[in-house]
Amino acid sequence: MEQERAVLEVKDLTVAYRIGERWLEAIRDINLSIFCGQIYGLVGESGSGKTTLAMSILNYLGQNGRILKGSIVFDGEEISQYPKEKMRSFWGSKIALVPQNPLSSLNPTLTVGEQVQEVLRLHLKMPEAAARKRVVELFEQVRLAEPQRVARSYPHQISGGMQQRVMIAMALAASPRLLLLDEPTTSLDVTTQASILDLIKELIQGQDMAVLYVTHNLGVVVELCHRVAVLYAGELVEDAPLEEIFRQPLHPYTFGLLKSVPKLGQNKKEQVLSSIPGQIPALAQRGSGCIFQSRCPIALDICAERPPLESIDAKRSSRCFRWQELLRGEIPLEKLFEAEGEALQASIPVQQKSEAAALDAQGIIVEFESHASLFESLARRSSRKVKAVKDVSIRIEAGDTLGLVGESGSGKTSLARAISGLNEPEAGSIRIYGLSAAPKLSKRNRDVLRRLQMVFQNPEEALNPFMTVGESLRRQLFVLQGIRGEEAQRLAEEMVKAVQLPLDVLNRRPNQLSGGEKQRIAIARAFITNPDVVIADEPVSSLDVSVQATILNLINRLQGNFNNGLLFISHNLAIVGYLADQIAVIYLGALMQLCRAVDLFKPPYHPYTEALLSAVPSVELGKKAQTIRLEGELPSPTERIEGCPFHSRCPRKIGEICERQAPPWRVDESTQKRIYCHYTLEELTELQSPILDVGL
Amino acid sequence: MVKYLLRRFGFLILTLLITSMVIFAATQLLPGDVARVILGREAGEAALQALREELGLNDPVPVQYGRWLVNFVRGDWGKSYSTKSEIRPLVIGRLRNSLMLAVVILVISVPVAIFLGVVAGLNENKWIDNVVSIASLAVVGLPEFVTGLVLIQIFAFRLRWFPANSSIRPTTSFLEALPMLILPALTATLVLLAYIARLTRAGVIEELKQQYVRTADLKGLPYRVVIFKHVLRNALIPTITVIAISMGWLISGLIVIENVFNYPGLGRLMVFAIDRRDLPLLQAVTMVAVLGFALSNLLADILYAILDPRIRLG
Ligand code: SF4
Ligand code: SF4
Repeated sequence: MEQERAVLEVKDLTVAYRIGERWLEAIRDINLSIFCGQIYGLVGESGSGKTTLAMSILNYLGQNGRILKGSIVFDGEEISQYPKEKMRSFWGSKIALVPQNPLSSLNPTLTVGEQVQEVLRLHLKMPEAAARKRVVELFEQVRLAEPQRVARSYPHQISGGMQQRVMIAMALAASPRLLLLDEPTTSLDVTTQASILDLIKELIQGQDMAVLYVTHNLGVVVELCHRVAVLYAGELVEDAPLEEIFRQPLHPYTFGLLKSVPKLGQNKKEQVLSSIPGQIPALAQRGSGCIFQSRCPIALDICAERPPLESIDAKRSSRCFRWQELLRGEIPLEKLFEAEGEALQASIPVQQKSEAAALDAQGIIVEFESHASLFESLARRSSRKVKAVKDVSIRIEAGDTLGLVGESGSGKTSLARAISGLNEPEAGSIRIYGLSAAPKLSKRNRDVLRRLQMVFQNPEEALNPFMTVGESLRRQLFVLQGIRGEEAQRLAEEMVKAVQLPLDVLNRRPNQLSGGEKQRIAIARAFITNPDVVIADEPVSSLDVSVQATILNLINRLQGNFNNGLLFISHNLAIVGYLADQIAVIYLGALMQLCRAVDLFKPPYHPYTEALLSAVPSVELGKKAQTIRLEGELPSPTERIEGCPFHSRCPRKIGEICERQAPPWRVDESTQKRIYCHYTLEELTELQSPILDVGL
Repeated sequence: MVKYLLRRFGFLILTLLITSMVIFAATQLLPGDVARVILGREAGEAALQALREELGLNDPVPVQYGRWLVNFVRGDWGKSYSTKSEIRPLVIGRLRNSLMLAVVILVISVPVAIFLGVVAGLNENKWIDNVVSIASLAVVGLPEFVTGLVLIQIFAFRLRWFPANSSIRPTTSFLEALPMLILPALTATLVLLAYIARLTRAGVIEELKQQYVRTADLKGLPYRVVIFKHVLRNALIPTITVIAISMGWLISGLIVIENVFNYPGLGRLMVFAIDRRDLPLLQAVTMVAVLGFALSNLLADILYAILDPRIRLG
């Protein structure tokens, strides 16, 4: 590692955006040095200014952004004042970017091969034929199967993971000195993310290059980075080597952030998730004091002043007045971020226990017709049927949570929408406490509607933008239960309190609320009629980590009070593992594994569960015992798959039997763990070692 | 791709069949007794009856339609009631004239319009964009006969560069006709120009916001490559398809311009046929016009499929 001179040195960088008439500072006084061979993690939630910082380093701010002060020195050259035309000799050849959304970052009307070739021809002066050959080599390096075919493909013809590999090949084509990765795996599934991270790690190794990895995902940072800088509301609050920041954070925000991430193996029965109260201050509301003051549990009077970024030793620094106390372990931060909240007043009647399950869905099949075009459907050509859900049965007891985990394309959302009646299932029965629900939403009566409520990923789906929160809640009560007037008002107020919002939100409209607040209202709306079953489809996946934890705690508490059945759907294993009592793992529309949440992390696993667990980047250092990676791509939904749905990617595939014969359900009688595989449970236990070496 | 085109082609045939029915039904229902139109007010009932018999006007409507359609496809378009001459050579001749005019219009307007649109789009809200936008708005508001007459005043009467009357003959060759085509083409250009330029501008502005433009920039590509190779390739797709679609209108829709310049195009022939209640002629002209529209739509679809790979595979 050559350590003498930094490849990139950012000094006192302040960048502002013009909003209306004013210039508002998006990042303030940023200092950062990245050396050759170093992978620097830049962590921040939305609104932290991390993308602004990355774009400033590229000197690509756009019309309404401006560097107000500070310098950016790249390889000894001050570039922050260079005009765009001059920057073109840096871009692509010396500084390269891998962006977040590979599909929209590729030109839809050029083949991906051509788009990579451009870089080679421009910067390495390669002739056409040589460039074409080199592209295939690069594609091999980034592990693209059939590199020649991919090179001839257009972006929309290849999967998201493949697109991102192309972007990486493009960024590395001219061997830049500085590589910026801006949330490169955020739009991908965990299993794809895991192999992309492996790839990045491998490609960067031994290269004469400095890397800045921008992300909100702490787990990814642990997997990849040497150093971490934490950004909060536009300020760098802490900067330290990876091990130290995770072992002993010296800024309360870092601490809170680390604590709010649900970890694999955590369960609601053992602990409440920590969370950071409040939210990131908006650009216009950033005062002159410590930027974290409004949310800091250990703030003092002096915090009305702005703390400097102080060096603790040669390697780390913190922007908190109280870092010394933190360093000496004098402040019990552990207790300070305990989740707020007490039990909800039980004036809303609690569910009666009954013999039948809260939700019993049997043999659900969901099909979609896939038309290639409008014309095809007009001409009534034989349409291809896509089975999104293939004969899935689930059962949820009152007060229980079933966590449904799956990646995109697994059919988890189709199943949720079928149960809630939003998409009519092809076959299957749905019963709520024995009461049968019609497959079509329009055929369901008021009672069934009241008994089954849904929370969506995007709260806007449930909230009418033209109604105030109070109107929405009261309307829900009136439509489903005929409650109106004072009684409705009282229940609405109670519910708003239960989701820990001030009463005045009742008079506000959704567009005056933050994302987290909107989701709380959507949750309040779902629970207000005291439903028997709530289906929550990725309710926290669009929220920041520190907000996520609060919402999860909230859902957990509400469900505890109302004692309803909850179907909780997520792609995030740690979250599902935390919140659920029972877990169902779904792949290509079929269940692979059913078990108690406490048994999820212990072998035997279904081979797919094993791969999923192994793919989750852990925020705890050194917790991963083994890595299993999935090869290949998710089969296209129109493809018919014989035998085990997972056979095309299964790392433990036995042989032909998996392709020909549908596997049996293997059941462990004592734990009721059920695995859909040709291997017996004993064989799997034999083969597998625990993914986490936590004492479970 | 082949499948897509075959489907499109099938769609075209279907459209034509349906419109032919509509045309036939509409022309049959046009008020007026054809026989009387042909023979004049003084003709006796017997003569009228004989003519109706001869023209097949007494047969049931479906039979008349079938006969007409078969003849039309075979190329036998019948005789005009009013001029008593064969319809086909007449319509084909007029079609040739209209096509010549359309080509000249496109050659003049497309490069200019795209150029203006691109310049305006790349300089959104700067002075040059404002000038182009305001000018094109002003022009698009003027009726064709006004612009036509102004152009005649300037170029024909003052400068004497081009003739004011464009009544060419069927035997006039393209080169001979060219000077006479310029003024009507300019008039149509002014209408089309504003439209295409504004569409192009919108396309460029939209594409400039896309993330792949950032990728192209951050590859270090020179500005002109970013614009010509990346942005315009996508931004011009709608423009090009709209130009193809406008072919239909250029062939048969320039009635006002043809009248102002006395140009013997399809549009005027249609007006003539309506005027004289010349049903066979009207049917033929309309069919040709519809064919023009349908073909230009097909052309647009084909171009779209060639230009946008996302459609090509659909
Ligand atoms: S300076 Fe004060 S408010 Fe800011 S993080 Fe430290 S203790 Fe909290
Ligand atoms: S049945 Fe075969 S392919 Fe399917 S999960 Fe088991 S081992 Fe893998």
